[in-house]
Amino acid sequence: MRAKLENTLKKIIPRGRSIVIAIPFAWMILFFLIPFAFVLKISFAELQLAIPPFTALTKLIEESLHIKLNLGNYLFLLQDPLYINAYISSVKFAFVSTMLCLLIGYPMAYAISKSSPNIRNILLMLIVLPSWTEFLIRIYAWIGILKNNGILNNFLLWLGVIDEPLVILNTNIAVYIGIVYGYLPFMILPLYTNLTKHDDTLLEAAYDLGCPPWKSFLTITLPLSFAGIVAGCMLVFIPAVGEFVIPELLGGSETLMIGKVLWQEFFNNRDWPVASAVAIIMLIILAVPLAIFHHFQAKETL
Amino acid sequence: MIGNTEKSEVKVDEQKNYVEVKKLTKKFDTIIAVNDVDLTIKKGEIFALLGSSGCGKSTLLRMLAGLETPTSGHVFIDGKEMGSIPPFKRPVNMMFQSYALFPHMTVEQNVAFGLKQDKVPKNQIRDKVSEVLKLVEMSPYAKRKSHQLSGGQMQRVALARILVKSPKLLLLDEPMAALDKKLRTQMQIELVDILEKVGATCIMVTHDQEEAMTMACRIAVMDQGYIIQIGPPSEVYEFPNCRFCAEFIGSVNLIEGKVKDINAETVLIESSIHENNLEIAKTGDCTIGMEVSVALRPEKISVSRDKPEGSVNWVKGKVEDIIYLGGSSTYYVRLPSGKKIIAMQANLKRTIHERPTWEEEIYLSWLSQSGVILTS
Repeated sequence: MRAKLENTLKKIIPRGRSIVIAIPFAWMILFFLIPFAFVLKISFAELQLAIPPFTALTKLIEESLHIKLNLGNYLFLLQDPLYINAYISSVKFAFVSTMLCLLIGYPMAYAISKSSPNIRNILLMLIVLPSWTEFLIRIYAWIGILKNNGILNNFLLWLGVIDEPLVILNTNIAVYIGIVYGYLPFMILPLYTNLTKHDDTLLEAAYDLGCPPWKSFLTITLPLSFAGIVAGCMLVFIPAVGEFVIPELLGGSETLMIGKVLWQEFFNNRDWPVASAVAIIMLIILAVPLAIFHHFQAKETL
Repeated sequence: MIGNTEKSEVKVDEQKNYVEVKKLTKKFDTIIAVNDVDLTIKKGEIFALLGSSGCGKSTLLRMLAGLETPTSGHVFIDGKEMGSIPPFKRPVNMMFQSYALFPHMTVEQNVAFGLKQDKVPKNQIRDKVSEVLKLVEMSPYAKRKSHQLSGGQMQRVALARILVKSPKLLLLDEPMAALDKKLRTQMQIELVDILEKVGATCIMVTHDQEEAMTMACRIAVMDQGYIIQIGPPSEVYEFPNCRFCAEFIGSVNLIEGKVKDINAETVLIESSIHENNLEIAKTGDCTIGMEVSVALRPEKISVSRDKPEGSVNWVKGKVEDIIYLGGSSTYYVRLPSGKKIIAMQANLKRTIHERPTWEEEIYLSWLSQSGVILTS
């Protein structure tokens, strides 16, 4: 009888482990799942000029519950090429920026992981330190650098490399520069964490077996750092797709990114239902690479 | 450019000596890891570099592999000066202490890696890999990855990976360090069998004297970057040339004394530990009045209840401790002077009463050929 009572008590009273898990769980429900449900709900509503600016999904008419799901917002996204182009363009921006980050970040991460321990911390600090300044301010600073009579142009003119200022600001190039600059640490840090764990004797073994250094890098270091590459790419790609600040500040009229469209729908058009549908579709697009990311992460921990 | 004539001259000269190390030195900042080492190794020989950690044995091995650049000196392998030849172009393969198996490859791929680098045709790679995996008895595990293998299996794969390249020289860095004791003894014998089968010349590094003595044809004892003694295991054990070697390999009793007289074949030594003098076979040179120590291995000392004849080469003491090991017993005997002597005796008699016991006054004696006079 007592044992039974103890067992039931054990089931009811949460153990330490479940409490630890419950905290992030509650956090995710409160700040991710519930807001997501709101957005999802709004995406199926209709626009109306009221507060809030959308219709309710459920209505009680003569004792029967009417649920009205409006798929028009999603159909509208498919019909207007602006949105599809914006999605494609965003993915392209994010993809190219991710590749650029990888090309720049990999050698940097590799160099840091190979440097002596005392220099290593300084180098890592130099990577992380800029992010202590607010992101927005750093992107504003790039306006000063890239504009026609900015630092970069003045410097190149002074060198005599160019005769007239290069138009960089308010072009797609500026957006690439901004994204690569902003997200480079997110590429370097996971790569560094991965590369620093590598056992150097593996490379020595490869040399010893007749493999020259460049080939050892390709056959040993690169495959072993694959999980780091995937992690870095995901950390850059996912936020870059939805990036809003950089295209808004550095991009021009030609720059089409879904984050910018989303902003315009919400604040300029005040069309919350369409904006919500845009956000939901974006989330679905991002869920695919996320799933890939988790697949590889699970593989690495194996 | 080195002239061809000079090269071929070296070749003829070193035909018997497969590996030759001349005045090899390696400095790390202020530390001299390897100091002016000369070494020759014959073809087909299993050679052990023995020493405690930090004595420079691994650095010496890594210089042979080309993984460290010597500060000065030369390495010749098969008559060819290695100089600045990078590791991937040397006819040498090394087995690492951690085995360094590539974790993202299967056993098969690990073994095939070296052959791929040599651009061996695919079908030949397959044949050679399966052949060598059979040799090390790892064929059933060909598709496994290294994290699915036990320590002993990893060692076999690491060995297969270098054997498959049929290198001129095998370098083994602490080959048994990662194995437990039982597996170690078994693998030592197996490894020697395999090496003899393929007829490879092999240099191994170890801190385990038992391992060196089991496996090697010759041993080099290293200390603080120097090679102190080179010789077959029996020679290094029976005739250590200094206190370090005597103490490093096996256990030993060191008896201090002063040379009193030198005869044709023996040296009379007045010891500080007992009124009886020592009469030890003459080795090397010593002069009258010289301070020397005599190394006596415990198993060379016989324990007896009867007083030995003569007035030299025996002492009297009290048994302080007995360690019974089954086949033999080790006696710790305290002399009146306070000196402790270790003696080992085979247990020929079965009952305890027939052997000396605790607190018993006994006599320890030895033959004049049993001791070694150490002048340094």
